[in-house]
Amino acid sequence: SRTRESLGERIEGVIALTREVDEAALEDLEMSLIASDIGVTTAAEIIERLRDRGKRQGIRNGAELKDLLREHLKQILDEQQRPVAKVAAPPEVIMMVGVNGTGKTTTSGKLAAWYRAQAKTVLMCAADTFRAAAIEQLEVWGERSGVEIVRTKQGGDPSAVLFDALQAAKSRHNDVLIVDTAGRLHTKNSLMAELDKMRRTTQRIIPDAPHEVLLVMDATTGQNGLQQARLFTESAGVTGIVLTKLDGTAKGGIAIAIARELKLPVRFVGVGEKIEDILPFDSGAFVDSLLGN
Amino acid sequence: MFENLSEKLQRAFKNLRGQGTMTEENIQEALREIRVALLEADVNLNVVKDLIDHIREKAIGQEVMTALSPTEQVIKIVHDELVTLLGKDTARFQFASRPPTVILMAGLQGSGKTTTSGKLAAWLQKGGHRPMLVSVDVYRPAAREQLRVVAQSIKANIYQGDTKGEPAGTPLVERLAKEARREAVITGCDTLIVDTAGRLHIDSDLMDEMAKLKALLSPQEILFVADAMTGQDAVRSAEEFHRRLALTGIVLTKMDGDARGGAALSIRHVTGQPVKFIGMGEKPDAFEPFHPDRIVGRILGHGDIMSLMERA
Ligand SMILES: Nc1nc2c(ncn2[C@@H]2O[C@H](COP(=O)(O)OP(=O)(O)OP(=O)(O)O)[C@@H](O)[C@H]2O)c(=O)[nH]1
Ligand SMILES: Nc1nc2c(ncn2[C@@H]2O[C@H](COP(=O)(O)OP(=O)(O)OP(=O)(O)O)[C@@H](O)[C@H]2O)c(=O)[nH]1
Ligand SMILES: [Mg+2]
Ligand SMILES: [Mg+2]
Repeated sequence: SRTRESLGERIEGVIALTREVDEAALEDLEMSLIASDIGVTTAAEIIERLRDRGKRQGIRNGAELKDLLREHLKQILDEQQRPVAKVAAPPEVIMMVGVNGTGKTTTSGKLAAWYRAQAKTVLMCAADTFRAAAIEQLEVWGERSGVEIVRTKQGGDPSAVLFDALQAAKSRHNDVLIVDTAGRLHTKNSLMAELDKMRRTTQRIIPDAPHEVLLVMDATTGQNGLQQARLFTESAGVTGIVLTKLDGTAKGGIAIAIARELKLPVRFVGVGEKIEDILPFDSGAFVDSLLGN
Repeated sequence: MFENLSEKLQRAFKNLRGQGTMTEENIQEALREIRVALLEADVNLNVVKDLIDHIREKAIGQEVMTALSPTEQVIKIVHDELVTLLGKDTARFQFASRPPTVILMAGLQGSGKTTTSGKLAAWLQKGGHRPMLVSVDVYRPAAREQLRVVAQSIKANIYQGDTKGEPAGTPLVERLAKEARREAVITGCDTLIVDTAGRLHIDSDLMDEMAKLKALLSPQEILFVADAMTGQDAVRSAEEFHRRLALTGIVLTKMDGDARGGAALSIRHVTGQPVKFIGMGEKPDAFEPFHPDRIVGRILGHGDIMSLMERA
């Protein structure tokens, strides 16, 4: 059986050099990309580039091909990483936006604790005045992170409470103001216009703000994520993505399609429901998990 | 934006006009386009494979009719295949022979369980029922308060109970559920809607909790509440929820957006359970029974289907 094994190994070695095996490996990779929600078009384009590079660099087997893909995906994500806009004078204003139920409020709370751990003073604004008990939900996060909240009553005007929060953060010299907004579908024009209005309110009081507009996206999101990123960028001026619920089995491949098409960086990832379950984005770790390493 | 499927198929069929038969070769490109369209609509990869096999089988050997173009003919096959998968029967609700009927809401975090609980209560009220709501989400901040506000807005009964001094955990969850059922009986409510905390299908503790709730309540309906924007992962979560709980139906939320909603096909495929309702907004009345035709039209690109189906 020893001879048979080594013969088998040798045959494998020979087959590995043929184009056929490379094509099968490429197809496997393409399928794993599609299964991660990267999208058919983006997956096809990435595989096409990989095929070219693989040929030029004389790739011999699936493992090498996978390394090449890993490097390529990482590059797509890293190219978009850039420093956060400079803050002329505190507070740095961070607005959380996104479709319903993605994790904006939870991420606001986690971020408040994250900045507090860096010895920054933080204030939060409960600008979701629409959804039932959204304000109470943020209040609990305020208690957990030891951060005060500016709020109004349910049904109040989100721009008005934002105005108050901006004034308060300025006069108290807070380092960071985190604004939790109501979830909204990007197709609802009046709700998107409300975000635009909030952004203009912010600019009126702090001209270089909001410094960050984070689109909070659920890692289970499929191809609709691209349209979300497109329309939230138009109305709210998104500057980065937070990818939540990466503690599940979804890979969040849509972030790669978004990085390629809309040039948006991923800033943070959410990996649970607890206060410490937030991490700055690490492209290497992300791509490894996406490719199932 | 996207070229719709029939435009793509027209290109694929430019060489197949008038008379002829569909063969393996001449439908190859069309099948490729269908595959891409389904994947772009977020239908799961493996489900797409199965569907394409069925569609190929049905199409090959078919005479190209004169009444319909090859494109129309194939779209009709695809349409019928998807409708068959989704199930033609409109949603029906299981009521208990001895009230209260218990409805257990299940799903991932943020999918819309609490909102849908309220919608369901409003829908039942309109149908002459007396529902009672209870939230056993003792984990997420203000989750129980959220359901209370929702219940108040539709003037539905809610069992609040006392959670003070007891740590959040499965014993508390079970106690609240038991008390709520007793309360429903006492107050003459004929249905009890149990809103649960969002949980990941891989969280074994919380999935165990769900199984315990099921054992405790013997619900007539266990509804999996899923977000219409979900991508490829929908099969994994739905499959696991179904394995642990034996779901009886699906509610697809956030259908008021522009998501194609291919996840509906994926979830239906792995659970075998019908989509019973769709969520069309945040308000309690934004709730409709599910029509397979409509979502199929949406998955394949609007407009494609209706006019064609009228002629076929
Ligand atoms: N597993 C997991 N759950 C999360 C994560 N982030 C948020 N969640 C949960 O997702 C659900 C929705 O989170 P919220 O913070 O309420 O989402 P939101 O975007 O504020 O929702 P709306 O304001 O209603 O649009 C909650 O149950 C959270 O606990 C995460 O990273 N992992
Ligand atoms: N546009 C729209 N929003 C919806 C729909 N259903 C629910 N939502 C919104 O989605 C968000 C999450 O809904 P919830 O009902 O809190 O979801 P949940 O599953 O109870 O969330 P957790 O308890 O945190 O797991 C809220 O902002 C809801 O208003 C719908 O059909 N359309
Ligand atoms: Mg929120
Ligand atoms: Mg809930």
